[in-house]
Amino acid sequence: MSEPLLDVRGLRMHFPVTEGIVRRRVTGEVKAVDGIDFTVARGETLGLVGESGCGKTTTGRCILRLERPTEGEIIYDGTDIATLGGKALREYRQKIQVIFQDPYSSLNPRMKIGAIVAEPLHVHGIEPNAARRDARVRELLAVCGLNPNFADRYPHEMSGGQRQRVGIARALAMNPEFIVCDEPVSALDVSIQAQVVNLLEDLREKFGLTYLFIAHDLSVVRHLCQRVAVMYLGRIVEMADSDALFDAPLHPYTRALLAAVPVPDPTVEHGRDFQPVKGEVPSPMNPPSGCVFHPRCPMAVERCSRQRPEAREIRPGHIVACDEVR
Amino acid sequence: MHFTGRDGEAVQPLLQINDLHTEFRTGAGVVRAVDGVSYSVDAGETIAVVGESGSGKSVTALSVLRLIPNPPGLITAGSVTFEGRDLLTLPEPQMREIRGGEIGMVFQEPMTSLNPVLTVGRQITETLEQHRGLTRAEALRRAEALLVQVGIAEPTRRLKQYPHQLSGGMRQRVMIAIALACDPKLIIADEPTTALDVTIQAQILELMKALTRDRGIALIIITHNLGVVARYADRVNVMYAGRIVESGPAIEIYHDPRHPYTIALLRSVPRLDRPRQARLDPVDGQPPDLTRLDAGCSFRPRCQLADDGCAVSRPALRPVGAAGHAAACFKAAA
Repeated sequence: MSEPLLDVRGLRMHFPVTEGIVRRRVTGEVKAVDGIDFTVARGETLGLVGESGCGKTTTGRCILRLERPTEGEIIYDGTDIATLGGKALREYRQKIQVIFQDPYSSLNPRMKIGAIVAEPLHVHGIEPNAARRDARVRELLAVCGLNPNFADRYPHEMSGGQRQRVGIARALAMNPEFIVCDEPVSALDVSIQAQVVNLLEDLREKFGLTYLFIAHDLSVVRHLCQRVAVMYLGRIVEMADSDALFDAPLHPYTRALLAAVPVPDPTVEHGRDFQPVKGEVPSPMNPPSGCVFHPRCPMAVERCSRQRPEAREIRPGHIVACDEVR
Repeated sequence: MHFTGRDGEAVQPLLQINDLHTEFRTGAGVVRAVDGVSYSVDAGETIAVVGESGSGKSVTALSVLRLIPNPPGLITAGSVTFEGRDLLTLPEPQMREIRGGEIGMVFQEPMTSLNPVLTVGRQITETLEQHRGLTRAEALRRAEALLVQVGIAEPTRRLKQYPHQLSGGMRQRVMIAIALACDPKLIIADEPTTALDVTIQAQILELMKALTRDRGIALIIITHNLGVVARYADRVNVMYAGRIVESGPAIEIYHDPRHPYTIALLRSVPRLDRPRQARLDPVDGQPPDLTRLDAGCSFRPRCQLADDGCAVSRPALRPVGAAGHAAACFKAAA
């Protein structure tokens, strides 16, 4: 395999928890991301799934350099971006872009669509000529399936699906190589989700993009991603090719997660014996000892509470962090 | 759905909504959020109302309970009959008895529907004191029992806590306990699990299903999640732009959908139980602007079967396929 475009090694992101107003003192830390390793190859889409608080968004923010990781390396195209600054960081930020979840809060309501899409071009000084910038904006809107005349509208005049297309056009403005998609379809209506998923696929092909696709909707992830990493409480518990992960999940958490997704078919649903996984996700401030999933795990044995399971490659490319899986 | 009772007389449904119209008068024009909706719920059955944002599924339920803020909202026509009483004309004090007493409610966001400055215990006992006239001590004992029934460990400690000290799943369990407190005949659950994680969503839905089944409580689940509907509902109403476009037994809706919107919607979702498709098959176009509906079928601009006839008038629900199945489409096969 060729060099990965993105290589994340031993990433940790711990946030301090403080108390007191006048004199703030650190009383603990939230281990949002607690030692994860993964790679993304050029042109690949890696899915990052898990429930709220598992650290998937924080991972994305570290890669975007919106957070400075506590520990670990994020090697993008051969350079560790954790230490980048100044010009090098600005250059990095042209290559990597983000699409956010909520198209209502990620667009400035007082800016016209054209200005929103043109802003990155303006900020990075890519296209100083106003007429050419305008033409580029219209082209980007068209690429994202919007009428170029929407450039003169305001966000409130558009539906959720159209706004998300604007967010995508803005991300594309810089001709990026890599896009962090953070729950890009979760806030959209069911009938609109498929439109946006198809658009993301088309753009990937057209511009040779690489995606980190962060989501909790497993059926969308399976459709869009070649490989998937499942996170739980700051750790990756399983990572594999999409087909392997969905057809034969190995980690008990992945299995619980997949079983919990109801399928839109009453015959299938009534025919299966369904037992939801017990308990709730523990606090990342005070994660359980040993394997973080052991309090909820149906397979847990005594040693799971003592010993943190190491990630093992059980089959080529299929990584599981569970000592009970053979 | 009407069926015949033991003595041959027709058994009335528990809840009958008839030709309900609810409007919102806004600066941008009149939004006809609910535009002639009729459906019924029998005792003990689980009905799902599915639709996307703006389809009117929540406003219908809020209208049933007369919880529409006026202004800007107004119920302009229709009737809602619950056990023989018309809820739309009932005096407010009696309506208050019904809300939370005979009809329980569970909303989407438990953090905003619980009072942040009252303890969990107080919020449950308040319902019991109001509706059942229990003393504080009796109500507390009952509240503790309710928390156990909804699967909350250490109920004595939890009763003294405030909503912010509980997780999202736990708060939704408290909401369910409040809804159950007065042994309602009907629970309306509006997107009860949308704000929750998948594994917690499954827990909450299983809990609601078990509790309503064991006590014979009818349940209206309002949701946009087609999987949830498939797992839990006996009958389904599909809403689009303020109207029911298709209704029928869940099996019929999923295996033999007749309305083009239902067909397109079911086709557009990727499924974990099927091989991965090369490409998704989306519903084209955008949802309609409810202030600018014309006389024709409101799904027409997105419909592949639409022709000139669809622009003239709105199709009414008419029987299609198996018994109890109806679709509001001129083009739907009978």
